[in-house]
Amino acid sequence: MISLQDLKRISEFEWEVPASYRKDMRVPVRIFATRRLLEAVLQDKSLDQAVNAASLPGLVGQVLVMPDMHQGYGFPIGGVAATRYPEGVISPGAIGYDINCGVRLLASRIDIQEAGDLLEDLAGALDHFCPSGVGVKGHLRLTGKEMDQVITQGASWAVKRGFGSQADLQRTEEFGSIDGANPNDISKRAKERGMPQLGTLGAGNHFIEVDVVDQVFNQEAAGVMGLREGLLVVQIHCGSRGFGHQICSDYVRDFQAAVQRYKIKLPDRELVCAPMDSPEGRAYISAMHGAANYAFANRQVLASYARRAFEETFAGRVENWHLHQVYDIAHNMGKIETHQIAGKAVEVCVHRKGATRAFGPGAPGLPPEYGQIGQPVLVPGSMGTASWVLTGTQESMSRSFGSTCHGAGRVMSRSQAKKTIQGSQLRSQLESQGIRIRAGSMPGLAEEAPQAYKDVDAVVETVSGAGIANKVARLRPVAVVKG
Amino acid sequence: MMDIVESGYQEIEHTADWALRVWAADIEALFVQAAAGMNHLSEITLDEKRVEREFEVQADDPEGLLVAFLSELLYFGEDENIGFDNYLVEIRGDKLYARTAGGQITGRKKEIKAVTFHNLAVRKTKRGFEVEIVFDV
Repeated sequence: MISLQDLKRISEFEWEVPASYRKDMRVPVRIFATRRLLEAVLQDKSLDQAVNAASLPGLVGQVLVMPDMHQGYGFPIGGVAATRYPEGVISPGAIGYDINCGVRLLASRIDIQEAGDLLEDLAGALDHFCPSGVGVKGHLRLTGKEMDQVITQGASWAVKRGFGSQADLQRTEEFGSIDGANPNDISKRAKERGMPQLGTLGAGNHFIEVDVVDQVFNQEAAGVMGLREGLLVVQIHCGSRGFGHQICSDYVRDFQAAVQRYKIKLPDRELVCAPMDSPEGRAYISAMHGAANYAFANRQVLASYARRAFEETFAGRVENWHLHQVYDIAHNMGKIETHQIAGKAVEVCVHRKGATRAFGPGAPGLPPEYGQIGQPVLVPGSMGTASWVLTGTQESMSRSFGSTCHGAGRVMSRSQAKKTIQGSQLRSQLESQGIRIRAGSMPGLAEEAPQAYKDVDAVVETVSGAGIANKVARLRPVAVVKG
Repeated sequence: MMDIVESGYQEIEHTADWALRVWAADIEALFVQAAAGMNHLSEITLDEKRVEREFEVQADDPEGLLVAFLSELLYFGEDENIGFDNYLVEIRGDKLYARTAGGQITGRKKEIKAVTFHNLAVRKTKRGFEVEIVFDV
């Protein structure tokens, strides 16, 4: 395993594993972390996995790892890797099974004081309206034709069906719909799994959380986003459900043969990949875009359910109970983007697995209102701890392929969390801190305990200190709904 | 444990996901233990009314067959809400034939998203076969 001696310190917030560390590395690995966070990371195999990722053909720049990094499978969580388009490779395992897992932030005009005792009702209403839990199916029953429309249209499909408005799409990464998704590149089984699950949260670390804006660090940016201290907001964290899982499984299986065909040598079979200009690579990109569109649609439908919960709870009791969308971002995706590398504009596929796009001011693809402040970055903390709203910067554009952290990042294994933390005790503890909990599974709750995660504030201080994101606002949880 | 028990599984530490070490005297038994271990991780309980299913999967090597076999079991769990506690597995060439028995799932505490190929290698040992499997959860 990699040790501190193998790393070169670049600054207080940056470290490097030089490409000379291992023969098969094509580029160095750049780590965004303080020494303290780094020491936690060295306890698991995250950096060894980042070194493995640095062997992918067609890489440019550096493989990056964010301060919330932790060990994954194949590619580390918190990893970013850019491959030259179209001759470089795309690796499904470097994007993850939950394609376009991401976060949507909705903001209300309701002050926490005004909400008062109604927060208990709100937690119940969110739990009632938003289907969650293992194996739970949604309220929608899609036909095959509708499923194909979701695949090609994403969140726009949901808006056409009455789930939300054009304003939501305007404030969604890729405006909620990525071109180039062909339903024929997706297996029948993936579609069968996806059809009953649209509009469901799932289980694991996915959640709907009501927060209060606790502290604002950048009044101008917060004002543009409609955030001010004391307001209630809602975060929705989920992805493409069984649909994305099946697409990733299908292509990781098929790419086992592709790497033989293209004579690609890899240190881990989970990193299998194919050139983007090959038939296999093109088919995966198309399918991955389909899963991304499904996930955008999924969060769009769930946002609509969250709005119903707000209406049910607050209509007639407060003046304005409506929720407006702040932004929706992906943190498990491969995106074809243009970045400046050594002074030249280069088209690359940026693999972000547990890392968030963080485009700076003036970057393409942002809604006009965010053009000046940069793209909102949503960083959910662990359950019961703070979450953050950040913005992308010019430096994130030039130094991290327009990327930053995505969360707190685990430090304790699930089995260890299960052994040391009792779900029911944790719920009482969180409730005593004023956080209402609605959870389908107590062992599941225990695995997501705050103690199992890094300190999200330390993670945010690191990306802010390194210049790859700016702090806008800190959120404090008041109600959590989990599967 | 591996010296005294002929076949079994054990949960091993993984920061974010779940991992199992599985061992058995022969490769078919290894697959059956892996399936039992996966049930243990998701903590499923089954209805007493028995159901049976038969299926086959194909892959170029034992690791591919293992991922395909376990993925198929996950799919039955999601699609038909069926889990299994009895397995007959036969491997011939690049194909695996399975006859499985179980029941409707009455309780399932955790969701497994996928079976990964991460560092997956079915190894021959002195006492049989061994493998470590990482699941995405």
